[in-house]
Parts: sequence; structure tokens; C-alpha cells
Amino acid sequence: MSVLQTSELNKQGVNVSVIDKLSQRIKQKGVPVETFVVLLTALLWVVLSFASPYFLTEGNVLNIMRQVSISGIIAFGVLFTILIAGIDLSVGSVAALAGVVVAKLLVLGLPIWLAVAGAMGLGIAIGLFNAFAIFRLGIPAFIVTLAGLQAYRGGALLASDGMSVSGLPKAFSAFARGEFLGIPTLFWTMVIIGLILHFVLTKTRTGRYLIAMGSNQESARRVGINISKMTFLAYTLSAALAALAGILLVSRLSVGTPTAAMAYELNAIAAAVVGGASLFGGRGSITGTFIGALLFVTIANGANLLGVDPFWQMVAAGVLIAIVVYIDNVQKRRKSGV
Amino acid sequence: MSDLLEIKNLRKSFGPVDVLRGVNLTLHKGEVLAVVGDNGAGKSTLIKHIAGVYHQDLGDITLDGSKVDFASPKEGREAGIETVYQDLALADELSVGANIFLGREPIKKLFGLFPTIDNQKILEETENLINRIESHIPPKAPNVAGLSGGQRQAVAIARALYWKAKVVILDEPTAALAVMERDNVVKLSKLLASEGVGVIYVGHNLVEILDVADRVAVMFQGQVVHVTRSEDTTQEELIKYMTGFSETKVA
Repeated sequence: MSVLQTSELNKQGVNVSVIDKLSQRIKQKGVPVETFVVLLTALLWVVLSFASPYFLTEGNVLNIMRQVSISGIIAFGVLFTILIAGIDLSVGSVAALAGVVVAKLLVLGLPIWLAVAGAMGLGIAIGLFNAFAIFRLGIPAFIVTLAGLQAYRGGALLASDGMSVSGLPKAFSAFARGEFLGIPTLFWTMVIIGLILHFVLTKTRTGRYLIAMGSNQESARRVGINISKMTFLAYTLSAALAALAGILLVSRLSVGTPTAAMAYELNAIAAAVVGGASLFGGRGSITGTFIGALLFVTIANGANLLGVDPFWQMVAAGVLIAIVVYIDNVQKRRKSGV
Repeated sequence: MSDLLEIKNLRKSFGPVDVLRGVNLTLHKGEVLAVVGDNGAGKSTLIKHIAGVYHQDLGDITLDGSKVDFASPKEGREAGIETVYQDLALADELSVGANIFLGREPIKKLFGLFPTIDNQKILEETENLINRIESHIPPKAPNVAGLSGGQRQAVAIARALYWKAKVVILDEPTAALAVMERDNVVKLSKLLASEGVGVIYVGHNLVEILDVADRVAVMFQGQVVHVTRSEDTTQEELIKYMTGFSETKVA
């Protein structure tokens, strides 16, 4: 009887018309890659909640929120460099360096605000230097930030003598461990930063000029957009957010580690790209980047809970990036009729 | 028709090569002036001087009765000279409206505080503009990457029209277009002129040139060797001047 009712429903066209409309839209416009990633993340959450009794526990969900906050903040910054058709490979090292610096300054007895300001100042200075090397000296962003990846990591190791820096004030650690309305303060921090950056990207001239520059630098220059200003903005923001994430990571772990945030730059780039950003510039969003970061954190978390070999996690993440970028390319080719 | 742009004795050398050898040319308000010539005749160099990309060694450019000396294309643009280049200079990932208003976005204050782009106004103005130029551009398309060459050309021309350019330089605007789309660009060029804009139309297709232009200037070896009204000339005559087989005659 129930089967009959379903088929009757189909005959009346209720379900069919929705599916028809959807498939027609997909044929015309394709599925945005972000939709695919959202569906995949949701599917992963459903599967993991059945596969592991711990996945949907309060403790684990709060843990995921804290993890995605740190990687999300870094990825938001990297997104801005990708939007202008650049790249920032130095963010993981900047996060580690800022983390060691803030820990060292706190151990020296500086007030929290001053230690944080010092580490943030360093992050901003690194961003300004990266932009200077890229825009004024004309060195490709890939090279400048690849050199930074090595140099800033070296700086973190030098500043800490290769050791972890512990003995931090409790008040400093309390921030990252705190909650507001049952949600980790780290997550609130990421949400606030994300909302501001989303607003800048979608509503302001600055956001539009970044996209225009990444889309066609020559046309942006011809209409009088200040390319230098946009370059400095993107790289300074990227390094500053990496420094902030490094500081928050130290607050969360109560220890400054020079080897922290290793390979975070690749996760950040992957999150942005999986979230719909184009490595050729001009395309990408904060929401997409957040979903991308959440997907990778979910994969890592789920794999840990299920006892999957961490090496397989890396393989899975790599395959996923390749698939998502492939789907995006296929759709673009279909749209442009190539 | 009054003089809008006057070029007197414009000279330019790149190293030992004299690219412009004393160019004299006048553009009137509301006319389409075609500039034709063989490759290397100096057409591109000439329009780049007008747009402010290059700076002349000698000679004067006068716009609306005042001498101008642009240090950059931006200065040229601010003075009312828009160039629609062959590569169109559109930002692929931005919408039609965002491209038309790029660099000059209308602003509204959010909560009376934060300056934000007035996207509603951009969309309304873009729809009006598209209706005005009777072009088949989808105003709500999320980006211009998916538009045809002709539609993209129309967006670039619409931008010049909206911002009330005095002079619009179209650099081989139909080079990569299908026949139907060529007709559209020719129509838009005439529309620009009918709105009082002085249009400089650089091209190779003489049939199209004789259709679109009010006057034709022929360049040969860095000089304007012949200027004529379109109805007073033929393709054969133009080719003679373009190839140097006819005596110089400037009307």
C-alpha cells in the first residue's frame, strides 16, 4: 500500500517536478562545488555519528569547534592572498613563531595584552615584509612565502632553543578554554572574524577590488584600483591572522611549541580551494573556506575516533582535494562550452 | 560638428625607429572616425598616446580646447578618454554591473556607519543601461566569464557610455567576433556617436569601416596620409593609401 501511495505521488508529479527542476538547474548551471562540499561534510557527520558512539558527544563536538577555529582563522587569511591570485605558504611557520614569541614574552613576565600585542605586531611586520618582497621587489609570492615557511620556522626554533615554552599564566590559557553560551570562545572568535571578513569581501569596495585584482590585474589597474594597497592588505591580513591563530593555539595548549602548526599552510590552502576558491584568483568565499576547514577537521577527528592510520588520513585528504578541484574544472569547462 | 580632440605634429621614436612621424588628426564631437592602416603603420602607438599609455617626444594633444598631457591611462580616463581594448579589460569573476561600475561604485551607509556598495543601485542602473543600448546581456549573470565576445564588448562600451566619456577608442573591437555580433558592435559605436561621444574606431575590415565611420583616416609609415568622408571613398582608394601607392591627401 505504501509503495502504491509513493508511486501515485510520483504520477501526480509532486516529487518528480521538484527533481526535474533540480536536475534542469544542475544541467544549466552545474552544482557549485561548495554545495558538493557541504553535502559531503553533512554526510560524513551522519556516517560518523553512527560509526562512533563518541562522535556526537558534547566533548567531541566542542573539540571539533576548537580545532576548526584555529585552522579556519588561518585559512581565512590565506584565502585573501588566493583571491588576488597569490599564495601564502608561510602561515604555519608564522603561527609557530608568534606562538613561541607570545609564550616567551609571558614567561618574561610581560602583561598578557603586551605579549599578545608584541606577537601580533611581529605577524603584521612579517605580512608587510612579504608584500614588500612580492610587490616592490617583484619576487613571486610562491618563492617569498616558501622562503618564509623555512625562515620563520627557523626563527621559532631559534627563539625557543628548539624547546617548548611552558609556565604560562593561567589567565592566558583560560581564554581558549573558556565558553560563552556553551560555545567555545575560540569558535566565537573565528565566527566574529569570519563575519567581518565576509562583510568586507561581499559588501565593500575593498572586497570587490581584491576580487577584481585577482580576476584581471591589468583591468583593475586600468580602472585605477590601487594594486599595491590590495597586495599589502592581503599579505598583512594573512600573516596577522596566522599570528593570531598561533597565539590562540598556545592559549589552548598552555605551551608554546616551535614545531606547532606544521603543514597548516597546506590545510589552509586546501580548505579555501575545496570551499570554492580558484588558485588563479578572483574566486572564493569565507563561508566556503569555513566549510572546507570543517571538512578536513571532521576527517581528522573521525579517523582518530575510528582508529584509522593517520597516514591514510593524509591520503584521503589529498584524494579529496584532487576530486573537488576536478569536479570544479569539469563544470567550468561545461559552462564555457570547451 | 565641433572639434573635440586635436592632434598636432605628434612624433614618437622607440630607439632608432620613428613610429610616429608628425601625426595630425582631428576628431569631432558625435562622429565615428576610423583609423586604418597596415600593420606597423602606427595606429596602436597613436591611440596609446591619446589614452595616456605613451608620452610623445614632440607635438600636442588638445581635448575640448585645452592641451592635455596625461601621465597615465588613469589620468586620460578621468579626463573622459575611455579605451576599449581588444582584450576588453573586464574582470571575469565580477558581474556585468560590477564591471561597469568598477572603481566608481555607488556607496550607501549601513546603519549610517559602514560604507557599503549599493548593489541595488548598480543592478537598476545596469538594467536601464542594457535597455538603452538594446543589447542582450543578462544583467543578473553572476560573472562576465560566461558571456560571448560580443556581449563582453557591449559591456565595455556600455561602461564608456554610462560614465559619459568624451572620447571612446575602440581598438579592433570586432576582431574576434561572429558576423551577428559585429553588427551589434557597429550599432553600439553609432549609438555612442549619436550621444555626442567622439569615437575613434581602429580596424582592418574596410567594409565594416565604411559602414560604421563618418570619416576615415589612413595611416602609412607613421603619418596620417589621407582623411576622407566615408561616402566619398572606396575600399580600393583606401587600400592605395594604406599601401603607399597614392599621393598624400588630407581632407
